[in-house]
Amino acid sequence: MAKFSKKRGKSNPAISTASLPDIIFMLLFFFMVVTVLRDASLKVAVTTPSATELTKLEKKSLVNYLFIGKPTAEFQAVAGTKPRLQLGDKFANLSDIPLFLEKHRVTLPENQRGQVTSSLKVDKQVTMGIVSDVKTALRKAGQLKVNYSAKKRADL
Amino acid sequence: MSNEINAGSMADIAFLLLIFFLVTTTIAEDKGVLVRLPPWSEEPPPTLKFKTRNVYSILVNANNDLLVRGEPKELAGLREGVKEFILNPNKRDDYSETPNDAIVSLKNDRGTNYETYLEVYNEVKAAYNELRNEESERQFGKLYEFLERDQKKKVNEAIPMKLSEAEPTSFGEE
Repeated sequence: MAKFSKKRGKSNPAISTASLPDIIFMLLFFFMVVTVLRDASLKVAVTTPSATELTKLEKKSLVNYLFIGKPTAEFQAVAGTKPRLQLGDKFANLSDIPLFLEKHRVTLPENQRGQVTSSLKVDKQVTMGIVSDVKTALRKAGQLKVNYSAKKRADL
Repeated sequence: MSNEINAGSMADIAFLLLIFFLVTTTIAEDKGVLVRLPPWSEEPPPTLKFKTRNVYSILVNANNDLLVRGEPKELAGLREGVKEFILNPNKRDDYSETPNDAIVSLKNDRGTNYETYLEVYNEVKAAYNELRNEESERQFGKLYEFLERDQKKKVNEAIPMKLSEAEPTSFGEE
């Protein structure tokens, strides 16, 4: 018992905070390693072509993204090797487009719903067949503002 | 009795959070060729008659070859060709009567490469943009992008962009 009664009058030694920065640094590194940027979750390979007459899309909230490209290697067993459409984070068919657009539209205030742009991120190797089909589906859904996503071409 | 936790490192935590968000936020610049699609209608579009001289037809086949007004052409000279067709500075009788009458018609195949399609579209758009720039330089002495809204409208009326896209053919393999 003598062992425990040893403590003297002052009973609150301050907790050392010297190692706190280290802990936070560890957290920081953990998140830095773990965070996957949005683009990495693409299930189709998209390399956009380059062009010169580019318009910048200003308001992110008014843009929805449609990806068209060949499924990446890990999804080829399920989705095949033909170019596919990706909406959000999953493969989709043309018939899913109206619902996808509507889901995005309802998140916006009513006065902005007419200003929605669809950004078509299409791989440059894709043939026009599927692109035309998507364009027709967009027209049928009343989504007429379309942006063919492209990189800035260096020459000229 | 002071059992408070030392708050001295709160600032560090906040800084780290800041850094964390700086690192994860990608300011992904999304740029592209802006296009306005025609509205969908169930009925087939009315057949309009245009004079042949006013239509600049560009066909792209499944091999990504260009056929401009019935003749094979390279992509490189397309921009100049479109510009000359619209303005018709030499008053040729097979080019457009006025810029207002000029129509560029674009038709591709389902087997056409998307890259080629976009390049062709880009060239046509570039031709119009260059013409609008020249027009606004002439009228207002500055580039089109620096114009006021009503000035832009004037230039747009002088050089209206009439680009018609036909339904793609389906000869080629997709």
